Amino acid sequence: MLRLPTFTYHRPKTAAEAVAIASEHGKQAMYVAGGTDLYPNMKRRHQTPTQVISLQDVPGLHAVEVLPDGRTAIGAMVTLTELEKHPHLLQHYPGFAHAVREISTPLLRNMGTIGGNLLLDTRCSYYDQGHEWRESIDFCMKKDGAICWVAPGSPRCWAVQSSDTVPVVCAMEADVELVGNAGTRTQKAGDLYRDDGIQYLTKKPEELLTRLVLPAPGTWKASYLKLRRRDTFDFPILGVGVCLWFEGGIITKANIRLGGAGSYAIPASDSEKLLVGQKLTDELIAAAGAAAMKPARTMDNTDQDVYWRKKVAPVFVARALEACK
Amino acid sequence: MTEPKKVLATFQVNGEPHEVAFLPHKTLLEVLREEMNLTGTKHGCELGECGACTVQIDGKPILSCLMLAVDAVGKDVRTVEGLANGAELSQLQHAFADLGAAQCGYCTPGILMTADALLAENASPTRDEIKQCLAGNLCRCTGSLTIFEAVELAAARCRGEKAEPSKESIYGS
Repeated sequence: MLRLPTFTYHRPKTAAEAVAIASEHGKQAMYVAGGTDLYPNMKRRHQTPTQVISLQDVPGLHAVEVLPDGRTAIGAMVTLTELEKHPHLLQHYPGFAHAVREISTPLLRNMGTIGGNLLLDTRCSYYDQGHEWRESIDFCMKKDGAICWVAPGSPRCWAVQSSDTVPVVCAMEADVELVGNAGTRTQKAGDLYRDDGIQYLTKKPEELLTRLVLPAPGTWKASYLKLRRRDTFDFPILGVGVCLWFEGGIITKANIRLGGAGSYAIPASDSEKLLVGQKLTDELIAAAGAAAMKPARTMDNTDQDVYWRKKVAPVFVARALEACK
Repeated sequence: MTEPKKVLATFQVNGEPHEVAFLPHKTLLEVLREEMNLTGTKHGCELGECGACTVQIDGKPILSCLMLAVDAVGKDVRTVEGLANGAELSQLQHAFADLGAAQCGYCTPGILMTADALLAENASPTRDEIKQCLAGNLCRCTGSLTIFEAVELAAARCRGEKAEPSKESIYGS
């Protein structure tokens, strides 16, 4: 039986108290929201905090709120099931709601939260294995080892960004609110991530993600398209998040992010440049899709064939753009 | 590190109070099976990938292998043992038995708990809604067809319709 290692469990009553506990214990502490990412990782001894800080009693993290300026703030502890059924999100943020619905299974969405999904650990076929399996290959550099088995000559870890919401919230230029020792700060969701399989977050370990703030509905459209082997359960092996801003039918700004194709949601910059100043015609969609092959840095560390995954990136980008028509 | 201390708490499981002492890092699955002897809930992958350990918390199906027992204190926990009313099986259990919607039966408690929550919310689910709802419960013996048919049969009976399984679904076509 796979059992959790022993740890001390905290249930702080305020965000400040949670941050104080996390600061006191440093690397030994981790936050837990729904537990659907952390607990499996702890059972496989990927993540081994001795102090687990639950956020369930922290007020202000459990609601979806429309702000006076039209933006929508989502508390980090709101479950994915609540989000996928939320009337305001379905009406005004269908691309985001679709991305949420694509996550895993209904049972896991009943437990998993938006905060947890935004901070999901990066994944790799050499890492997401049981302890004995990893021990048999002398581990890897992401946990307990020294080498990256995907690219043995590489000085870095290539574990894959595997959240379904990250590509679309980055494309939408949503904000995240973080509470730390110096108070609350807001930053673009896109700035939360970095291109490294191990240090994939830019925030300080004790900083607590409290809210995701989606931009006010307007003349923009967002979409998300996911590739995976099965229609359920699986993490994305490609997840295309698109957001296009229109003015009189002309695209004024375009963001395309490729999830599941690298350690962060990679911008498809060449495709974005082709789109700006143009009308979204079928020819333009095909051209913008084709330009997305290069940035998709697929490695042989998730499901399906590595070259096929790269080759279908243009198809998926084109389809995601089509959904913004 | 000092040895962790057990906590003493009272759970409400299937409408009955259970006072249990357990270590705070134990999952609800471990406490249900090992401390309360409610072994109807199965342990499968224990990583949230199979659905065998599904129970209902305040009416919602969740995975007991990924929930700490301490977090279930004060909540209404319902397991497969709570479906039947005494010796009388629930409509869902009847339908599964009538149709033989199980082979080895290991995934069945989890599927029953997920489907029961669906029927409580939606008296007339479509085949597609049933498929979506059960997408997190794996059955490795067989296809899911009889399972879907059993949920439909139970739904019809719960609506008061006189529904019997088709001969094809029992004897094959």
